Amino acid sequence: MSQINRIDGGQIDRSKLLSFTFNGREMHGHPGDTLASALLANGQILVGRSFKYHRPRGILTAGSEEPNALVQLRSGARQEPNTRATVTELFDGLTATSQNHRGPLEFDLMAVTDFASPFLSAGFYYKTFMWPRAFWEKLYEPAIRSSAGLGRLSMQDDPDHYDKGFLHCDLLVIGAGPSGLAAALTAARSGARVILADEDFTPGGRLNSETLSVDNMAGADWARMAVAELASLPNVRLMTRTTVYGAYDHGTYGALERCTDHLADSGGKPRQVLWRIYSKRAVLAAGATERPIAFGNNDRPGVMMASAVRTYVNRFGVAPGKQVAVFTNNDDGWRTAADLAARGVSVVAIIDSRDKPAVCDVPGARHIRGAAVKDTVGRKALKSVTLTDGQVIPTDCLAVSGGWNPNVHLTCHQRGRPNWRDDLQAFVPGDSLPVGMQVAGAANGAMTLGAALAEGHAQAARQLDALGLTAKGSAPQAEDEPRDCAGFWHVKESAKRAWVDLQNDVTVKDIKQANREGFRSVELLKRYTTMGMATDQGKTSNIAGLAILAEDAGKPIPEVGTTIFRPPYTPIPIGALAGRARGKDFRPYRLTPSHKWASENGATFVEVGNWLRAQWYARPGEQGWRDSVDREALQTRQSVGICDVTTLGKIDIQGRDAAEFLNRVYSNAFLKLPVGKVRYGLMLREDGIAYDDGTTARMSENHYVMTTTTANAVLVFRRLEFARQCLWPGLDVHLISTTDGWAQFAVAGPNARNLLRKVVDEAHDLSNEGFPFMACGEVTVCGGMPARLFRISFSGELAYEVAVPARYGNSMMDVLMEAGREFDAVPYGTEALGVMRIEKGHAAGNELNGQTTALNLGLGGMVSQKKDCIGQTLSKRPEMNRDDAIRLVGFRPVDRSKKLIAGSHFITKGDEAIMDNDQGWMSSVAYSPSLGHSIGLGFIKRGHERMGEIVRAMSPVHDTEMEVEIVSAHFIDPEGDRLRG
Amino acid sequence: MRYSALRILREGLTGNKGWKPVWREPDPKPDYDVIIIGGGGHGLATAYYLAKEFGVRNVAVLEKGWIGSGNVGRNTTIIRSNYMLPGNEHFYEMSLKLWEGLEQDFNYNAMVSQRSILNLFHSDAQRDAFVRRGNAMFLAGADAELADEAQLRRELPFLDFDNARFPIKGGLYQRRGGTVRHDAVAWGYARGADSRGVDIIQNCEVTGIDVENGVVRGVQTSRGPIRARKVAMCVAGSSGRVAALAGMRLPIESHVLQAFVSEGLKPVLPGVITFGAGHFYVSQSDKGGLVFGGDIDGYNTYAQRGNLPVVEDVAEGGMAIMPIIGRARLLRSWGGVMDMSMDGSPFIDKTHIDGLYFNGGWCYGGFKATPASGYCYAHLLARDVPHPVATEMRLDRFKRGHLIDEKGQGNQPNLH
Amino acid sequence: MIINHPLLGPRDAAEFVYLGDASLIDRPDWQDPDAAEKFYEYGYLRDNPAGQHQELWYHEQGDRSWLVVTRDTLSHEITKVELARDVAKARGRDK
Repeated sequence: MSQINRIDGGQIDRSKLLSFTFNGREMHGHPGDTLASALLANGQILVGRSFKYHRPRGILTAGSEEPNALVQLRSGARQEPNTRATVTELFDGLTATSQNHRGPLEFDLMAVTDFASPFLSAGFYYKTFMWPRAFWEKLYEPAIRSSAGLGRLSMQDDPDHYDKGFLHCDLLVIGAGPSGLAAALTAARSGARVILADEDFTPGGRLNSETLSVDNMAGADWARMAVAELASLPNVRLMTRTTVYGAYDHGTYGALERCTDHLADSGGKPRQVLWRIYSKRAVLAAGATERPIAFGNNDRPGVMMASAVRTYVNRFGVAPGKQVAVFTNNDDGWRTAADLAARGVSVVAIIDSRDKPAVCDVPGARHIRGAAVKDTVGRKALKSVTLTDGQVIPTDCLAVSGGWNPNVHLTCHQRGRPNWRDDLQAFVPGDSLPVGMQVAGAANGAMTLGAALAEGHAQAARQLDALGLTAKGSAPQAEDEPRDCAGFWHVKESAKRAWVDLQNDVTVKDIKQANREGFRSVELLKRYTTMGMATDQGKTSNIAGLAILAEDAGKPIPEVGTTIFRPPYTPIPIGALAGRARGKDFRPYRLTPSHKWASENGATFVEVGNWLRAQWYARPGEQGWRDSVDREALQTRQSVGICDVTTLGKIDIQGRDAAEFLNRVYSNAFLKLPVGKVRYGLMLREDGIAYDDGTTARMSENHYVMTTTTANAVLVFRRLEFARQCLWPGLDVHLISTTDGWAQFAVAGPNARNLLRKVVDEAHDLSNEGFPFMACGEVTVCGGMPARLFRISFSGELAYEVAVPARYGNSMMDVLMEAGREFDAVPYGTEALGVMRIEKGHAAGNELNGQTTALNLGLGGMVSQKKDCIGQTLSKRPEMNRDDAIRLVGFRPVDRSKKLIAGSHFITKGDEAIMDNDQGWMSSVAYSPSLGHSIGLGFIKRGHERMGEIVRAMSPVHDTEMEVEIVSAHFIDPEGDRLRG
Repeated sequence: MRYSALRILREGLTGNKGWKPVWREPDPKPDYDVIIIGGGGHGLATAYYLAKEFGVRNVAVLEKGWIGSGNVGRNTTIIRSNYMLPGNEHFYEMSLKLWEGLEQDFNYNAMVSQRSILNLFHSDAQRDAFVRRGNAMFLAGADAELADEAQLRRELPFLDFDNARFPIKGGLYQRRGGTVRHDAVAWGYARGADSRGVDIIQNCEVTGIDVENGVVRGVQTSRGPIRARKVAMCVAGSSGRVAALAGMRLPIESHVLQAFVSEGLKPVLPGVITFGAGHFYVSQSDKGGLVFGGDIDGYNTYAQRGNLPVVEDVAEGGMAIMPIIGRARLLRSWGGVMDMSMDGSPFIDKTHIDGLYFNGGWCYGGFKATPASGYCYAHLLARDVPHPVATEMRLDRFKRGHLIDEKGQGNQPNLH
Repeated sequence: MIINHPLLGPRDAAEFVYLGDASLIDRPDWQDPDAAEKFYEYGYLRDNPAGQHQELWYHEQGDRSWLVVTRDTLSHEITKVELARDVAKARGRDK
């Protein structure tokens, strides 16, 4: 197919020919074309099928408001559904296919739905498909779902990548049409830092589509000059292919820049960049969108917006028809006729709904006054139109102009409401604009070129003034073209369906039916009929629908109101919003200081929050993770094991009032902790629930080191800062997080002291008397390196934790393992750590889950009643202290060969297994290699009084239950002899 | 007017001109037995069940704007009963059972679609918590199914199993969970209540609550005073503002939750998928849009709009588990104001004022609760005792220390 | 949103963590005869105004200051930002 509709002129580069395919057919175009202009040039009038009735549809507009011409762009994993052909820049090798049809586009089998349309009117689905009940999921819904939707995802991972960026400016100008360019020039010349963003690939807005003059030169030429000047200024950032899609709080705007969408191959560059723009001030110069008029069969391919027809002719050098008719209710429609005639495109008729004289002279065209189009003929391409007086006009392209709607969207993103202007028959920005925003040009109702330029300049000057800058230069000059517009929304004489929302197939009748059924608020109308909910968000349909509703309800339009404009202005790929945060880069990794050592020594890693921790260290010959974990736990209990515990939160606390501070944030007493000693501490939330536990060591008179759980490291620090700054600002206490500053290792097992004796410098006494259980101190290791030593034990063994500056962490692991060689020391991971803590009955995350009290945890005695602490008062509330409160106890299977299941619920023997009889749940389980069977910790009502009782542990999600015995949670060395040894 | 396929056929053949208003537009009467403040899903459901189940028909529903303009019109349409604590689970399971028979009950197709809901887990600790939850659901008579990674790979091959930052280790299904056409719920209840004599009065804002000697007498509205024996607040999202009219402070903060929908797409997702670790949940509407959301913005607000960081956070969560959606476009975002309560669970209770009742604190879980909330509130209004499944949803529970805290986050509303 | 930090200047709200009503500064005295009631009100009841709201934000990705921000919950306009420590002291909190 050749470019049969291509005519002279336009802003395309005819020296280069681009090949592309539509539905597999090869076509050609030129740089500067959009896919839509190229399709039209090649005579492709039918481009898609509508959402509901699968009606044949063509190209309606030349911009981002396009409801019909949606295609699947590209193929394979880059297949991109619902892509508007009207804003897709043509590139060599582009492939596009039409959407939403079964069988070929020309013979869509689903078009049969169009014949059933009398029964598919607004909201029909709410009134049927209810019987039999089971049929909804099985029959009705699948049928609806497969026919609904438009394009198709590839179902492959998006192979492109996306970036994010942040920009700051004095003035953001949104839109590079005449008023935006005027505003940007004024601001730029005055020295302000300006960002000018425009969604098109060629700045200039309507100037590129019109034959109007600015400063006595062609508008498009003036735009090019203005852009060249802006591009030359260092204080201006000119962003084309960039849509400012949302206005957020305090002058923040979201913008999407399409970097490589116009290229066949991104060449490894990001496809798009999502910008967050922080502006001091903004000028919205988003222009206006022409709206259709609803009449019978107004959705035929070949019925187009008059301004779009002008754009295709003037900007792209394409005549959308050979014999064009114009149907207008305003003066602007006449310009299409005039421009076409001037370019040698035949205009057969101008049908003006107003009974007024010709606006201008259009050679060869009949002027039909006070008439309207009531029907059209031509299923896949327009053949003729029928007027209200019955006459039939043969035409292959009807250019429709129903007036212009200012693009007020961004003015309403913070829920401002637009105002109605009768003289324009349109909504204009209201009084409540986003902070710092002014609106200029057509977006503000300045509908003529001269006024738009003047307002662009004036609004920039106003914003400069607010910024403390002085505006330089004057407004560009242009004439004001005639712009009279009648409030004429639909042709009442039309007997055939008149389409309002062309994408969602909403007709005038649907709107009237909704009104009849009581859906009279415009929001109810939208929800009931789906008007304005398609990919164009009603840019061409909402105001007309509103006007028709108002007319039917006998109310003025402003009384009916508008629906709320929501971001984004045009749809944004989810990939762009996510940026680089996907796959492994979804969240950053935190690595422990000995990560390198661990990965070189067979560690399997596990995600713990953002940390990666060694889970176990497999050795050759081990059959599965249990083999490794059992060995690590046993060897630690029998000799010595080493574990990187750096992930525990570490908070350095200093100051004269540090002890008092600790005494208030821990539930147990801390005032009398001696220097050189460590104490276990329990923290509550202010609501009295147990929050976190850990140890705090008093290193010197006014210096403490606190540890927290890994999960709560950040949260505890935040809470301590709150207590310090907001509750007790008079206390002399200072906090710093040192979690990343110190690498810390647990050295646990009967040989722990022997091992450390080889590492800690000799000057330090490590004997049980010299450095007893719960001792701490500053030491040196490896011949003079500063370190901290704590004699604390999570495993229940003789154990220490030794901390060195983080940068020595990996070496320290080497040193410890080397020193431990003679004891067959093992590194152990989080699994063995977990096994040993369950064997000792220590609570961890599964027990400290934010729902349990100190009483529940068996730590009731740790909440001092003699002092205040966070959570003390509210922990005394009656229902948190019921006699039948759950208690943390141990469990073992009656049949020792069985494996306990965490998450099982306990039911007293003989009781029915229902929630009302629920006694509690198993929180943690492990296989104890020391005991040779499965053990568990769990919460059960009055647990401490039920030792030896057998209860049912039920896990219906595993379809299983077993009998378990309630035992002490201290499975190993309950007297604690080992850790004191 | 009863709706049926036959009715559609008849109307279709006569130009669809015989359809009647789905509800009347009455002027307010001078007094009612019960005034329900709030014509959202819960308020309309309350009116419906009051009239249908409890025979209380002299009822007015007063709506500030248009019915369904609150959170029933701006949620992500999910229904489920996958709760863990007794104070919640019985209630939500009752709600799910009501959903299952709702359309036949009120003769309106709200497209209750039990397409399943899946909560993914990524660690042993998360698995343990979901096992605990699933077992609790079973004990309460609900359904739950634990799926391992292999099963999910078969059923949802498009999830990112091999390159994920937080590998998917399995999930907890509730097959009876799913989605409902949210607006239709409001309309169906409105239609059912209206046909039983309830006055639904739109554009009628309550500006004052009349109390004499500790007893409620009626309300002041933008359409004049209206007397009532009982006044029932049902305005989640605005609870703070309305309760303030009666001098009440509540254990509630108002927060915005954003939600998102993509352009229409041919079928992608079979059911609802929740990625808790990444703040993302998603389903696909019958029209083809991916309906998704994440966390609340996190600051007190009554503005029904949010900010960019959360938009991006939600998209990141989506791309992290299903990178197939990268080229799907976000079409529209919106925000709804949530009553975020102090333990993440709601209230259906009397107040300290005789005849004044409160229903609120639904956090972002109010939609799925609509039928049971309406039913239980109607029960309380009609009989003055809580319905058995709502006995724990009391306003004084914090004073007593009885928390219904599913997430274990304590008295910080923005963490629930 | 942008929070104009009194020490650091304008900062994106995403750098901060939100806690809630600045009345959380006014922690009751545990020895008050009505301590149980007062802690209940302190912990659980909120004015939750539609309009001016004093609230606590923590600059976690910054200097770790707790701030009291006066912000309108209808428009999100911020009219005042203070260091919470100063506010706490002004409200009589000390040791």
